[in-house]
Amino acid sequence: MSARDAILNRLRHRRDGALTAPVSDFAVVTEKQWNETEKLDLFQQKIESVHAEVHRVSKENWLEKLKELLAEKQVKNLLTPMQAQVGVDTRAALKEDDVELLAYDQPIEGWKAELFSNVDASITDVRSAIAETGSLVLWPDLDQPRLMTLVPPIHFAVVDADQLKNTFHEVIVSEGWVSEGMPTNALLISGPSKTADIEQTLAYGVHGPKELVVLVRQ
Amino acid sequence: MSHNQVVQEFHPRVHEAITNPQIRANFRKAMDGLMDKRQLAFPSDDELQRTRELAAAIRLRALSKLPELLEKLEANLTANGVKVHWAETGDEACKIILDICNEKNAKSVIKGKSMVSEEMELNHYLEEHGIEALESDLGEYIVQLAEETPSHIIMPAIHKNTDQISDLMHEKTGTNKSRDVEYLTAEARQQLRERFEKADVGVSGVNFAVAETGTLCLVENEGNGRLTTTVPPVHIAVTGIEKVVENLEDVAPLLSLLTRSATGQHITTYFNMISSPRKEGELDGPEEVHLVLVDSGRSNIYQDDELLDTLRCIRCGACMNHCPVYTRIGGHAYGYTYPGPIGKILMPHLAGLDDAKDLPSASSLCGACGEVCPVKIPIPKLLVRLREESVAGDHNHDNSVVKGRGAKRKGMEPLIWKGWAKMHKHGGLYRTGTGLATVFRGLVPSNLGAWTNCRTAPKLAKTTLHQQMKARSQNNAASQKKDGGDQ
Amino acid sequence: MSTIKLYPPKPEKVYFFGTCLVDLFYPDAGMAGIQLLEREGIEVIFPQDQTCCGQPAYTSGYHDQAREVAAAQLKLFPEDYLIVLPSGSCAGMMREHYPELFAGQPEEELAKNVASRVYELTEFLLHVCHIQLEDKGEPIKVAMHTSCSARREMGLGEVGPALLNKMANVELVEQARVKECCGFGGAFSVRHPEISEAMVTDKVEAIDATGADAMITSDCGCMMNITGAAEHMNKDFNGEHIASFLWRRCNES
Repeated sequence: MSARDAILNRLRHRRDGALTAPVSDFAVVTEKQWNETEKLDLFQQKIESVHAEVHRVSKENWLEKLKELLAEKQVKNLLTPMQAQVGVDTRAALKEDDVELLAYDQPIEGWKAELFSNVDASITDVRSAIAETGSLVLWPDLDQPRLMTLVPPIHFAVVDADQLKNTFHEVIVSEGWVSEGMPTNALLISGPSKTADIEQTLAYGVHGPKELVVLVRQ
Repeated sequence: MSHNQVVQEFHPRVHEAITNPQIRANFRKAMDGLMDKRQLAFPSDDELQRTRELAAAIRLRALSKLPELLEKLEANLTANGVKVHWAETGDEACKIILDICNEKNAKSVIKGKSMVSEEMELNHYLEEHGIEALESDLGEYIVQLAEETPSHIIMPAIHKNTDQISDLMHEKTGTNKSRDVEYLTAEARQQLRERFEKADVGVSGVNFAVAETGTLCLVENEGNGRLTTTVPPVHIAVTGIEKVVENLEDVAPLLSLLTRSATGQHITTYFNMISSPRKEGELDGPEEVHLVLVDSGRSNIYQDDELLDTLRCIRCGACMNHCPVYTRIGGHAYGYTYPGPIGKILMPHLAGLDDAKDLPSASSLCGACGEVCPVKIPIPKLLVRLREESVAGDHNHDNSVVKGRGAKRKGMEPLIWKGWAKMHKHGGLYRTGTGLATVFRGLVPSNLGAWTNCRTAPKLAKTTLHQQMKARSQNNAASQKKDGGDQ
Repeated sequence: MSTIKLYPPKPEKVYFFGTCLVDLFYPDAGMAGIQLLEREGIEVIFPQDQTCCGQPAYTSGYHDQAREVAAAQLKLFPEDYLIVLPSGSCAGMMREHYPELFAGQPEEELAKNVASRVYELTEFLLHVCHIQLEDKGEPIKVAMHTSCSARREMGLGEVGPALLNKMANVELVEQARVKECCGFGGAFSVRHPEISEAMVTDKVEAIDATGADAMITSDCGCMMNITGAAEHMNKDFNGEHIASFLWRRCNES
């Protein structure tokens, strides 16, 4: 008998007989609801509490703020998406700028060393965001691959205020994740990479970005 | 226990830990901090209790359908392009992972944190077969540099303070001696980044495996888990068979309780959900993803209605953070992969009660663990059950599934309890015995062994409550009679 | 505890289960408990055949023996009076564990019935008797140690302090890590003496640091442990069962 069959066989023929499933009452999760203002305030409070930097910007002037921040953080080059509107707008706005625009346009194997050592920052959009926990929701794809939000030391994320959901549960249900089918990788990001493994002292950027900068467009 | 675990006696290890002021101080400080943080993460007791109800129900529902859900998980993962393997034992799981590595001609494995891989001693196994396995979680990395094992399931290096880690990194990796945690962390980042670039295989654990969608969920703060599961061309996830949940929505409340219970964080930096290998046209992610499902005694625990609750565990570590015993002795003294209360109810199954015989009794049954458990595992009750198993003390459990049942039933103890029962089930015998004890109370020695090492001996009363109450009712009767006689 | 317990009105009669530890070592605490109940106008019935709730055997794993002894106790309460115990630990055994111990046994229904009538003394005084306490004692500073069974199994963490706060001349101070176990745990204290010693030493230090004159508790196991260690460590505070403490101070002249 294969290991698989042996294990399943033992589980199926339980000594104490079949089990019944209790009812799961999700009310304690679904009743968490806030209005638009509260959601934004909560999101900001939660994500700032885990060391993210939040800037509320308008849809018109957000690129100005981005330029300002790039200069302030002395970002020399910026990895941007090629198709997502955030990327298209960023590239157009920074065309004349000193910041070198990079693209994730080949498989990682071709430029691993460069990505790991020479990229200062990246910018991405998000799929949605979560007020309760101050989280960004991303489904990385070929335009905005997985390592784009992980390897560069600074990650700029652009969130529209109307993308805010109350809870992670609401994201899963209201966006129909199950029926849509899960992507290769889905991701929640809440703050920059951190560790407290050395005597409970927080340190940022242990493996991923040291800084997470969130631009909330209202 | 697998091949190379050296199981020493429990008491000498306890002695070593408890008399080490550094260990005592490191754990006390860490546990105090973790308890405070958890408390702050649950401002509403009502929300906490209702979420615990929900989480316990979700885990029980998953267990109630375990074989079906495992098959569904396998089917969905397979359809997504993930290869699923099954292992009856830790050694089998190690072998499966080695075979995948060999097939890929892999020489270097980078690891994300995985307690199951600790349980099966994967690093050791791979190294014996010429493959280097490097831990990438900072705490695990430190523990590996020190050639130790984790002392906590969430914070592996919690037994060390900054100076100790600085010295260790200096000695093993040539960093400067420093108390600057930022510096030490940045150095580790650099050392590990080079290894990530070159690793042939990434091995990770799994926090929740979602049957409905075929999704492997990983909870982490550092990003090493994401690197492990994204950068190397092959990703092997390894997990116990009990980690499956039915629906994707089930993970939301479990995640919320897991991070708040563990470290008081409302969420971790990353929640990473992996459903397939790199798809056509995608630019990163592994070309191959494997899942190794490990039984290793879990299907045995599954047989028993009461013991089953052990399998609800989501490995948050809150039970150890709140345990007065763990706080005093730290994780290594237990001598097993999983320390603390959860270790005391899990290890006797994985290692057998004959091996883990001292674990169930090493608890004052204070109940702090059960009170904070996010999935409401009745840990104290299970400790009592395992005490019963270890002395085979209940004939109703004679057909028990527990390995090593009755391992501690020896010497005079069973006879003493039989004598105790005889005396205490007859009120008359008891009163005679206790009455005699009070008469000879002067003869009780002031040295009562272990008790009087740190306490004075208790003093028997001159008269028992039974005697006082009897005297009282006789007096009352007499005075009533007298009252009656006077009328 | 999140569940709200509903308490019955004050009855005319109760059974009193003294517990073996009180019987042999602290009978005054038992007598004080009985007198406090009688002062409330309740007739207290003390079945002379009572011995031990069975907990020592139960927590040591000897469930056959625990069941034998517990079965003998089940027969002591034939009338439907409530049963009061001056110990959270023994009350927890009877209330929480008797139904489990007798599950599937002939005594199952009786065990459930007895369990449902069990109350710990302090909760009974506070929530059933709504006791009024007139403190006639000298001013005193005390720390309360609530046993883990009383706190977690019975949900009585607030009860002892609430009673002490009714005492006009008693200043209640709280030791650090007030909810942490004192390290008694029955056989645990001799089976794992080093761990138990570390725990009780910390507990004594924490109580001592408050400057309290006395440590008040509602469980005699904890009392034997904490006061024994305090005496060994030459600390200044005394230990007293809450029943003796309340009775004594309400009757001082």
